[in-house]
Order: sequence, then C-alpha cells, then structure tokens
Amino acid sequence: MITIENLQKRYGKLSVLKDVNVRFEAGRVVSIIGPNGSGKTTMSKCILGMVLPDAGDIKINNQSILKQHAYRSQIGYMPQIGRYPENMKIRQVLNMVRDMRKEVQEIDEELIGLYGLKEMYDKPMGSLSGGTRQKVSAALAFLFNPQILILDEPTAGLDPVSAEILKAKILKEKKRGRLILITSHIMSEIEEVADEVMCLMDGHLKFHETIAALKEQTQENRLSRAIAKIMKEEG
Amino acid sequence: MGKIIKYVFYDIVRSKIVLAYTVFLLLLSLGLFHLGGNPDKAILSLLNLVLLTVPLISIVFATTHFYNSYEFIELLVAQPINRSKIFMSEYLGVAGSLSGAFLLGVGVPVLLFGASATGGYLLLTGVLITFIFVAMAFLASVITRDKAKGIGVALLLWFYFALIYDGLVLLILFTFSDYPLENPTLVLTALNPVDLGRIIVLLNLDASALMGYTGALYKSILGSFWGISLALGLMLLWILVPMVSSRQIFARRDL
Repeated sequence: MITIENLQKRYGKLSVLKDVNVRFEAGRVVSIIGPNGSGKTTMSKCILGMVLPDAGDIKINNQSILKQHAYRSQIGYMPQIGRYPENMKIRQVLNMVRDMRKEVQEIDEELIGLYGLKEMYDKPMGSLSGGTRQKVSAALAFLFNPQILILDEPTAGLDPVSAEILKAKILKEKKRGRLILITSHIMSEIEEVADEVMCLMDGHLKFHETIAALKEQTQENRLSRAIAKIMKEEG
Repeated sequence: MGKIIKYVFYDIVRSKIVLAYTVFLLLLSLGLFHLGGNPDKAILSLLNLVLLTVPLISIVFATTHFYNSYEFIELLVAQPINRSKIFMSEYLGVAGSLSGAFLLGVGVPVLLFGASATGGYLLLTGVLITFIFVAMAFLASVITRDKAKGIGVALLLWFYFALIYDGLVLLILFTFSDYPLENPTLVLTALNPVDLGRIIVLLNLDASALMGYTGALYKSILGSFWGISLALGLMLLWILVPMVSSRQIFARRDL
C-alpha cells in the first residue's frame, strides 16, 4: 500500500534519513521503533507531506505522493504532540475539520463517544491537559475513516483506560483492512497490537520483520528480549 | 479556500486587536476632520498619519498572527488541502480584515466629512498599503522560524520604508544636486510603496506647494492620469512580488 524508495532527508548538515527502502501492506499494524532521533517522526512526516524529502520517492497505491495533496484524504494522522489553536473550543476544532472535509459521508465518532469528548465540547483547547489533547488528536485521526493511520506515540500521554480504548480501536480498524503505522517505545504495547516491527537506526533501516519471525530468529518469547538480542548481536 | 478564510477571519475578530485598530483610526480621522475645518487639509494630515501607522500596524500584526497560527496551519497541512491554498487563505484573511478595519475607521469619516476624489484615493492607498505590508510581513515570517527574529525583520522593514528611505533619498538628491535628477528620482520613488501611496493622493490634490519634490516630478513628467496609473501598477507589483515569493517559500518548506 505504501512504498518508500531511497528516501533521504537532511536538516542542514544532519542527515536524518539515509536511503530508506520499505513497503507496508494494507490490513497490517506496523510498529516503527528506534532510538530517539533515529528519524521515525521525520519518516511519518514525509509520508504526510509535512516534511519534503531531498531524494527518493513515496508511493501510495503505486502513485507518487510528492507535491500532491489529495491523497491525504486517505490518511489519518495523530501527532506526537497535538498543537491546536488555543482559543478554539473542542467543538469548534472538530466542526472546522469536518467543515473542510464535507465530501466525506461516513463519519466515525466512536472515539469521541468513548472518550467522553462531548461533555467537554465547550472547553477551549488551550485549557486542556496533555492527555485530553491526545484524545482529541486520536478522535480526529479516526474521524474520516481513513485507509491509512499514522499514529506518533499515541499512548504516551494517555491514562491506562484510554490507552486500552485506543488499542482496541486500532485492532478493530486493522480488521477492516486499514494500514496502521505506529511509532512507539513501549514494547509490551507493540506486542499487543502490531504485526510487524520496523526498526530505524541513525536514519538507516535496521530491520523490518513480523513479530513472529523476530521471536523465532532469536528463540525468545518476549519481543523486548528479542529486539535487545538483535541489537546486541549487530552492535 | 473560502472556508479557511472564514476561520482565519473568526480567529482575528476574536483577538480584538483589529477592533482596537478600527476604533483608533476612527478617533484619529474624526479628530482631524473636526480640528482642521477645511476637509482637504484634514485629508492631507490624515494621509501623513495613515502612511505612518497603517504600515506599522499591518506588518506587526500580520507577523505575530502568522507565528500564532502555526498550530492552525499544522492542523490544516495534515488535511487534503493544498499548501498554497492555506497560505493564500491566511494572507487574504489577514489583509482583508485589516483593510476592513481601515475602511471602517477612515472610510466612514471621509465619506461623512470629506467625500471627494482625493478622499477616495486616500482609501485606495490605505488598502493597497495594507496588502503590501501584510505581504512583506508574511515574507519575513516564512524566511525565519524564530518569532522574535521575524518580528525584528518586520519592524526593520517598516523602519526602512516609513522613515529611513526618505532620508536616503534626500541625501542622494542633496549630494548630486548639480546633476539632472528627474529620472533617478522617479526610479527611487518607485522603490518605496509608501512614497507611491503619497503620490497617488497628492497628484489628486491641486496643492503643488504641499507636494514633495518627487510628487511634483511625477506630475510634470507623467501628467496626472499616467502618474496615478503608473503608481497604482507599481503598488500592485509591490503586493505581488513579496506575496508570490513567500507563498513559494512556504510551499517548499518543512513544517
């Protein structure tokens, strides 16, 4: 569904992505892992067109997305730190985005209901806690039934109950044939929801395997141990 | 695009700064019309104040607004919306609401007390100057990521066009006063939108004594109609060049 070819990105002298080649299929949950600053967020932002790559290509359904914008109707994005206009209320933010996406018939308000956002509709975004803001970001990402979901550390600021709700939602969408990309550092969580793990290190693709294959390779039954073993071997 | 402009508009109206700007202009123009007695004189004093304050408010307000809308822009960029469209909506929203404030604050008093062709040109100049300085503000904001730096650049631009430039022109005229300077002066004027605005209004007032050296030149060389058309055309260029280049930079920038 998404093909990334020879992707390169530099910020000044710092090379963040060095020739990344990878392919993601529909109906899978792929977890993108890697140390801080290894290029995970940059890669997601390249797919979203927020960061423009220096070289290489990104294709969705075999169509290059560089310099395009219409393809974003198929993507739901939940940023690591959601930033919203401070003086807008939750209701206004949701209504505004819906107003701009009028062509979408089917609206998915499940997360708005489950997170009880309706009860907080009149609170300004500036007064929300980090966790509540994350809930708004999550609700926005799933709102338009996108084919692809990009979730950047989705559970980082969420309480355990809300994190469970989100995980259940991720699995539900996967069953509906969506491709879901998650960056995360929490191995137990990855093990719960993901099918594949993609590891970035210093802008290089270290490995991209299914979780089952990783466990088999390393003869470990916990993902965190399996990954630690691989890192040690290659390091 | 209309929808995004609508939300930019809401946001600006809520901030109340534009309202304060309208009231300020309203009080200023009403005061001048009541003090002067002669409406032509009042329009002249108004012109000088407008050419000083409108660029300043436009450039500072637009720069701060651009940096403060960063979150809004980020939210939109993840949606299937063209970046140029987002940029143009921001631009038209800001320039439009500031022009609206200007037309209300200066336009209403002018219509009531000094309705004339000159008054009309004063309003036109004010709107053009607003669009020009908002475009410059956006250029300053897309060039630098740092808010403080952006506002600094914006203030420098205002300082240059509203204050320093005239001094430089005078210096050049004084230094080379032994040479024929008609055409160089004409070119020098075209390089400053504030001067162009002044000429548009002054060419309409038959008060050559009040005209600056450059204004007199425009009148003698180009005649009234051509002078105004040329000045208007040049001002449109002053809007288009910074606007198009900042849109280009914004479309090719990482967010």
